[in-house]
Formats: sequence, structure tokens, C-alpha cells
Amino acid sequence: MSELLTIKDLHVEIDKKEILHGLNLSIKEGEIHVVMGRNGSGKSTFTNTLMGHPAYKILKGQINFKGVDINNLKSNERAKLGMFLGFQYPISIPGVTVVNFIRQAIKVLKGDNISPKDFRKRLYEKMDLLEIDYSFATRYINEGFSGGEKKRMEILQMSMLEPCFVILDEPDSGLDIDSLKLVAESINNFKKQFPKTSILLVTHYQRILDYIKPDKVHVFLDGNIADSGGPELALELEKRGYDWLEKAQVSVL
Amino acid sequence: MTLDLNQDQEYKYGFHDTENYTFKSGRGLTKDVVLNISKMKKEPDWMTEFRLRSLDIFNQKPMPKWGDTKLLNEIDFENIFYYVKPTEKQGKTWEEVPKDIKNTFDRLGIPEAERKFLAGVSAQYESEVIYHSLREDLEKLGVLFFDMDTGLREYPEIVKKYFATIIPPEDNKFAALNSAVWSGGSFIYVPPNTQVEMPLQAYFRINTENMGQFERTLIIADEGSSVHYIEGCTAPTYSSDSLHSAVVELIALKNAKIRYTTIQNWSKNVFNLVTKRAVAHEGAVVEWLDGNMGSKLTMKYPSIYLIGERAHGEVVSVALASGSDQHQDAGAKIIHAAPNTTSVITSKSISRNGGRASYRGLLKVHKGATGVKSTVKCDALMLDANSRSDTYPTMEIYENDVKIEHEATVSKIEDEKLFYLMSRGLGEDQAKLMIVNGFMEPFVKELPMEYAVELNRLIELEMEGSVG
Repeated sequence: MSELLTIKDLHVEIDKKEILHGLNLSIKEGEIHVVMGRNGSGKSTFTNTLMGHPAYKILKGQINFKGVDINNLKSNERAKLGMFLGFQYPISIPGVTVVNFIRQAIKVLKGDNISPKDFRKRLYEKMDLLEIDYSFATRYINEGFSGGEKKRMEILQMSMLEPCFVILDEPDSGLDIDSLKLVAESINNFKKQFPKTSILLVTHYQRILDYIKPDKVHVFLDGNIADSGGPELALELEKRGYDWLEKAQVSVL
Repeated sequence: MTLDLNQDQEYKYGFHDTENYTFKSGRGLTKDVVLNISKMKKEPDWMTEFRLRSLDIFNQKPMPKWGDTKLLNEIDFENIFYYVKPTEKQGKTWEEVPKDIKNTFDRLGIPEAERKFLAGVSAQYESEVIYHSLREDLEKLGVLFFDMDTGLREYPEIVKKYFATIIPPEDNKFAALNSAVWSGGSFIYVPPNTQVEMPLQAYFRINTENMGQFERTLIIADEGSSVHYIEGCTAPTYSSDSLHSAVVELIALKNAKIRYTTIQNWSKNVFNLVTKRAVAHEGAVVEWLDGNMGSKLTMKYPSIYLIGERAHGEVVSVALASGSDQHQDAGAKIIHAAPNTTSVITSKSISRNGGRASYRGLLKVHKGATGVKSTVKCDALMLDANSRSDTYPTMEIYENDVKIEHEATVSKIEDEKLFYLMSRGLGEDQAKLMIVNGFMEPFVKELPMEYAVELNRLIELEMEGSVG
């Protein structure tokens, strides 16, 4: 499989403070990568930078996606290339209904003019899988949603927009075990339907990895990848905590 | 699409017709002008006296010392045409309307809307209503829907009973002015237990430069009845100013319901200084849906006096102030004068390109009005740093047994919201428009579908070229 995303020596700042210090990462088509790490280690800076949040400035380095240097692309242009970010804290947009939003996004991304009837049918199918009540279709985006409902709404958007590269920023945080299973199953279903799609999954906890099998696991520490490995690295972390890695790094130095 | 930050969308309704009028008063306001209007209308003596008394009050009252006094003092009362009669005869079909004027209303889409979904239409051009219709079935039910002049002529006893009882000429300088020179407007009476299911619409058009339009509307919903009235307005774009100063009185008797919707889209050389007030008797409901998109300066605060137990009042006020030549000073007043009355005020304002939007409101609860519940919510959205938003909420609560909620927010289009929408593929302009439309949704969703579509289109036009 060919390279989908290649990141070289990425330095990023926000509010004039450098957060990422020379990060390198490659993701191939169809791979699932997991990023773990403590709060403040730079995980969200990384996901926001990938999606093109204007507050995050690339100081140095390069992000190459599908052979295109996307450093200067706006987030909607990245979305058009097939990128998708499932937000950690999805924001509410008063007065804009879920159905209207997703429909407009599909129009922009795919240019197809799917009939309202077919669109609803597809939407309801995906909502069934995520056990989201149909009434949510005409509710305003994330307004008054519980934490779990917001997370499922992100996954719903992913499955409707069919991106080829999915960044999921802590899709499991704040979920009870049943919701976690639902979310994980939906991700797996999606992956089964689109095997070439790559996923970058950011999480604090090992438990979502009981359901989703990663190809690679990366551990963030102080704005860089401190260690990479297979699924066994996540288990090791779960057992020994981040301190173990931190110490290991110090001893290497 | 090429976007230009400084380019404003051209006002679509700014065209004008050549004047071919039956009568046009000279500029300025004198006793003779007032007498002449009354004489031409063949009014009863009490109305002539009322006009003259109002003229005195107007002359005695100073200009308001609050609001946008700088703009207010630009009004040159001597330069205004107070009465313009465009045609001799009022049409009952559009064919009877003079061709130029009919064309104008065609361009505004009125005859088409009438065919589709209105129960009655009144079209006022300058000072007079030039077209009027009401569906036959409603006529048979005893619903009265006329221009105010015809109302006065044919139903003097009803008019005399209610006229100026809610807004006397002493109320304010502009109410006095209207009372002196009023012409046109709507007179509506809905008999007891009669429901007017489809809206009645009035459309107001100014054509002459320096025109003063002073329509007068009186709506009485008798016990247990209901009616929805919609008004829209446009004017040509001229280099000097026109004045629109209406008085609107609503009376909702026991258990009646009145909804009054305004989509104000005057050109940016019109002063829009309007007094609107309603009384709601026992169990009655009054709703003002007040949308202000146009004009140079609007000062308008639809009011509701809840004077009977369990009456309910609701004001949804929306204002779009676009450009440094526009100030929307809008709001609402609700007075709880009876127990267990309830009210909701929702104000939404958007300012952009240097525009100024103000919310001015009053919530008053009289002593003894126990069990009152009221919610006031004001949200302002500012699209850029040059624009301005002010909130002047006043609360006078003289009773302890009440439940009042008040909430006010001022926001910008947050980067996080833009990022969220853009991360799904929407362009920046599209995302901003979506946020703005969402902000307006509480108003738009209350409108009949055709108006909602039209309003969204207006917002879209206003927003075009506003983002870079």
C-alpha cells in the first residue's frame, strides 16, 4: 500500500508557544494508527494542525497528503481531499439542523445531488447503526446533546461524508461502555466498507483498543513521538503508565 | 467567487416610477395641509378635530432626547411631502390599478403571493391604498379588512370606539405627527370565535423622494377569534431622506389571538419611526414578529399591555444593521398589569460593515400582578470590529411573586464554529452564512414558508461580498 500521509520535521506553535517539536510520521493507505499520551503532550495540537485550524501555525516542516503539500491549505480544502476530523469537543451551532448541515457538506464534498428522500434514507440507516433517534436529524448541531450524543454525532458525520483519512480525537472519552461499543463498532463497520481508508485515533485509554485493532501505536511526550510500536505498546502503557516512558527517555539521554 | 470586503449588495427594490399623481401636497406641514387631507377624505368632524389637536401636540413636543438623536435631528420636517394621492380610485382587481403602479407591485411579487397563500391583500402606494382584496368566504363570515380611510367611512362606530385609545397623540412626537396627517393603513375587525387561517397582508411602498408615509393601522380581534397580519415595505433609493412614521394599535379581546409580522426592508434613506402597541385582555395572546432589514434609522419597540388575567405576550425582534449608514434601534416593551400573565421577548441583532444595532426594552410588572412569568433573551452578533451593538434593557418590577429570566449575549462568529463547519468542506463564506442563518432561525421558523425563503434570500444577498 502507498503512503497516504507523510509528516516531516513538523514544528507547530499556538499563541506564540511552540508545542510540536519536529514530529515525523507516515501513514499508509488502509492503516489504523493510534496516538496516546498524557494531557498537554500535544495530541490535540497535532490533530488540529492536521485539519488546518487557523490558530495553529506551522513554523517548520511539511505535511504531505496524497502527494500534495497541504501546509497552506484551508480546512475545507483538506476536507475536499478526503480528510475528516472527529472533534474531541464538538461545538454547537445554534439554528443549524444536523440534516441541513450534513446535506450541504455532502453537496460540497461530493458534488452529487442526491434526492432529499434518498439522503434521508441513508442518514436514517447510519443513525440506526449508531442508535441515534431520528429526531436528532432536525435538532440543531450539538445543541443540548450529551457528551455521548456528541461523539456519536461525529461518527455519524464520518460515515455520511465517507472520508479517506479519518482523524478521531478521543472519540471514547466520557462514554459509558455501551456507547463505547457502539462507537467502536461503527468505526469498524466503516473500515470494513472502506478498507482503503486510514484512521488516526487519539485516545487516553487502552479500552477502545479492545474493539479496534491498530497497526501502529505512537506515544506522545512533550510535543513529539516518544515511542512507536504495535498494539502491545498500548498494553504496556496501560500497565506501567506514562512515567515509565518518561523515565526510559531520560535514561536514553 | 471574488469577494470584496467593502462592497455592499445593491438594494434590489431601489427603482422608482415616474410620478403621475392625482394630488401632491406642497412640502412642509401646516394647518392647511392637515385640513386639506381631512377635507379630501370627507372625514367626520371629530376626526378633523383630532387631527388638528394632534398637530398642536406635535408642534409642542420636543424631539426625543434619547435614541440616535444625531440622526433624528437630521429630519427636515419642512422638506417632506405629507400627502400624496397617486390615483383617484382603489382597485379591487389588479387590472384596475394604474399600469406603472401595478408593474411595481408585480416586481415586488405581491399579486403572485396573493394567488398562492394570502387571505387578503392591501397595497399602499404613497399615502393611499391603491388595491384591496379579501377572500369572499372571510367577507361572508363578517371579517372586516379595509384600508383605514374606508374603515372610518363605513364603520365609524367601531373606529371611534377604538381609534387612538391605545396610542393617543400625546404618546410621543411621532405618534402625534401620524395622528395629524395619517392616511391609509389597515382596519381589521374579526368577529367573535372566527379564525382567519391564512394571513392577511399589507404592502407599503414609497415612491416619491422626500415622501412622508403615515399609515394608521387598527386591528380588533373580538372574543375567541384569531388573525395573522403581515406587512412588508420597500422604497426607491434616493439621495435625500423620506420619513415613514406609522401608528399601529392592536386590541385582542378575551381569548383572542393576534399575530403581527413585519418584514421591514426600506431603502437606506428612509427614517422609520413607528409606534406599535397592543392590549391583550383576559386569556388573549398577542405576538409581534418584527424583522428589520432596511431603513436608515429605525426606532421601533412593539409593546404589549397584558391587562387581563392569563394573557400572553410575545415579541420576536430581529434586526440587521449593515453599513455605517444604518442604525437599527429596535426592541420590545411588555407591561404585566394583571395576574398570571406571561411573556417572552426574544431579540436578535446582527451588525456588520460598521452597522449599529441597539436593543432597547422594557419589562414592567405592576404591583398585584402576581404569578407573572417572563423571559427576556437578547443576542447580538457582530460580524466585524467596525460594527456596534448596544443593549438598553429596563426592568421595573413592583411585585414579588414573579418569575423573571433575563439573558443577554454578544458574540462574534467564533473561529471554533467556523473551523468546525469548514472542516466538513464548507467554504468560509458558506460557513458564515450558515451561522448567521442559524442565528436568525428563531425568527425565520415562525414565518410562513414563503417569507422564510424570502428572508433567507435577503440575508444571503446582504452577506454576499461581506467575507474575504
